[in-house]
Amino acid sequence: MAAMAAERGTAAEALVGQVVLPGDLLLLPAHYDEDAEGERLRLSAGTAPQGRLLCGPGLRRSGAGLLVTKCGLLRHRPGGGGAYWVDSQQKRYVPVKGDHVIGIVTAKAGDVFRLDVGGSEPASLSYLAFEGATKRNRPNVQVGDLIYGQFVVANKDMEPEMVCIDSSGKSSGMGIIGQDGFLFKVSLGLIRKLLAPKCEIIQELSQLYPFEMVLGMNGRIWVKAKTVQQTLIVVNILEACEHMTAQQRKQALAKLSGN
Amino acid sequence: MTRARSPSFARLSARHPHGAAMKATPLSNCERRFLLRAIQEKKRLDGRQCYDYRNIRISFGADRGCCIVELGRTRVLAQVSCELVAPKPSRPTEGVLFFNLELSPMAAPGLEPGRQSELLVSLNRLLERCLRDSKCIETESLCVVAGEKVWQIRLDMHLLNHDGNITDAASIAGIVALCHFRRPDVSVQGEEVTVYTPEERDPVPLSIHHMPICVSFAFFHQGTYLLVDPTEREERVMDGLLVIAMNKHHEICTIQSSGVVMLLPDQILRCSKITAVKVAEITELIQKALENDQKARKEGGKFGFAESIPNQRITAFKMESAAVDTNDVEEQAGEIIAKADPPSEVFASPVVHTPGTAQIGEGIESSWGDLEESEKEEAAEEEGESEAAAFECVKVETEDTSTLKETKSDEPIVVSDSEEEEVVILEPQELPRKTRTQASSKQENPSKKAFNKRRRKKRTSR
Repeated sequence: MAAMAAERGTAAEALVGQVVLPGDLLLLPAHYDEDAEGERLRLSAGTAPQGRLLCGPGLRRSGAGLLVTKCGLLRHRPGGGGAYWVDSQQKRYVPVKGDHVIGIVTAKAGDVFRLDVGGSEPASLSYLAFEGATKRNRPNVQVGDLIYGQFVVANKDMEPEMVCIDSSGKSSGMGIIGQDGFLFKVSLGLIRKLLAPKCEIIQELSQLYPFEMVLGMNGRIWVKAKTVQQTLIVVNILEACEHMTAQQRKQALAKLSGN
Repeated sequence: MTRARSPSFARLSARHPHGAAMKATPLSNCERRFLLRAIQEKKRLDGRQCYDYRNIRISFGADRGCCIVELGRTRVLAQVSCELVAPKPSRPTEGVLFFNLELSPMAAPGLEPGRQSELLVSLNRLLERCLRDSKCIETESLCVVAGEKVWQIRLDMHLLNHDGNITDAASIAGIVALCHFRRPDVSVQGEEVTVYTPEERDPVPLSIHHMPICVSFAFFHQGTYLLVDPTEREERVMDGLLVIAMNKHHEICTIQSSGVVMLLPDQILRCSKITAVKVAEITELIQKALENDQKARKEGGKFGFAESIPNQRITAFKMESAAVDTNDVEEQAGEIIAKADPPSEVFASPVVHTPGTAQIGEGIESSWGDLEESEKEEAAEEEGESEAAAFECVKVETEDTSTLKETKSDEPIVVSDSEEEEVVILEPQELPRKTRTQASSKQENPSKKAFNKRRRKKRTSR
């Protein structure tokens, strides 16, 4: 009983969509069921949740439930065991396995390239991790080039490692990014918003004029349009999206397409 | 901790040796190429023209001689302080001036704290030449007793955010802070030197002859293209930099050229003409800012950083504010007070436990958590009730005691952890929540505990 009294915290469901702060404790259904029933003996095994609960970014499992480690809005996705995560507005990127990011080559060191991905330390990329690359046939990568790749190793104890091929050896869009175009940085929150399926911003922008774009989960965006002016417009709109409401954005775009 | 022996064990790198700062983000080839192409087409990233400055914002701190200057996203904080010191033997009648600019990783991850990098040394030297060697501050007037006591004026500048053109931002911040500063008045009678507090005599401003301001020009493509006020990324691709310090009387105070670019006399003359225009604009802005601040201080209006720096919106993804019902807060509070136990008996004289000890304060519970407004709101809030309840308790408690000044409860301090368990037994339907009272209850008298319980009961009946 005493241990239970020591639990302070709120039911995770009650806080979905609300602001949570680091240190908040979220209780999961299994836990407060126990609390409510007190020391009464339960005959049935209870309703064990089907599937495993996923604990996303900004949350950490702690004995009783979930401990919040970032401030932001608590999100929940039902289905299976369900998933909780915190939608935060940060700029510092922390590598996560499976993330697609844009890296800048900072050095060529023997068999590997060193890439700056905006994390706390550079990522490594083997020269064999490109489509069709062999010992003889090396990819043409120069220092300062941009590379779009995926993390295969990203944990707190080891150097992050990237590849530019998928499990079947195909590039599937990854590899060296062209020499033209422009790279800029936005917040991680905006990147997630842009990467969401059917993102309004991208759809509206694509109606202006054709352009190429690469979005990295590390907050980097590469844009290339036909002219410098057009590239600059896209860059400025995307940068401004951070502070614009949907309505303001539509007005700005209407103004542009009118010209 | 044992680490898994994996094939990639060798790659476990020893990260972050002591104090090593993070590396600055490298500039990619495509950025460099794009920026140079844009400059050729006379376009800048932020839509400025070649000779345009970014927006300049000057805000003053609550103290004299403290200001923040924002040049676009570059921000510099400047603070002036003074001290009475012995003068240099070579110049016994002149005050001492000291300038220092600091770059820290707060401004940009690539900057290291406390290290005299080449950039830092050159910036400091430039600012020194701009502010000291131009003789804009009269040092003779800083003398108190010749050869014995003079004022040392110290100007500390900190880069808060780095987005290019630190020189201009720091030079503006420096001169604004010096103009804003007031030193204590002193009088000399015979051998005796009296320094007056601001209450006794109004502090006096420094005598400043003119305001030198630096204007930076970045050159690209071997000096073919020229930009005023380069941003951080423009600075990275530039070939050369020319800094001209000038005052509004069109007197050049310092001129410095760096990088690998050959400049023609015509170019320098053109730059000095642009400088004259920019300096006139900036000087006017500084004077307006100083006047506004002076007015605000005189009228007793609001001033200081908290007032003058707007809340910057971080993002457009925001939540709507939730309405909080505060109608019945007073009745609720009244009810609680009425129901509460009378405060425990009191006596006026302080308790001295052993000779030689003293008592600090009135011996009652600290009331530092007494945030009137926010508590009331929170009390009415249905959600987060546990917290609100705790707050309210504290508040009532302090109210009670504050009416009886010079009081002290003679109850011994009860250190108990058991009360929460009791509470759970009292109301089995309620979620046992550990509230903030736990932290404070350790030093409370029993009346409050009883009160806590009642409060909880009330909640369940509602």
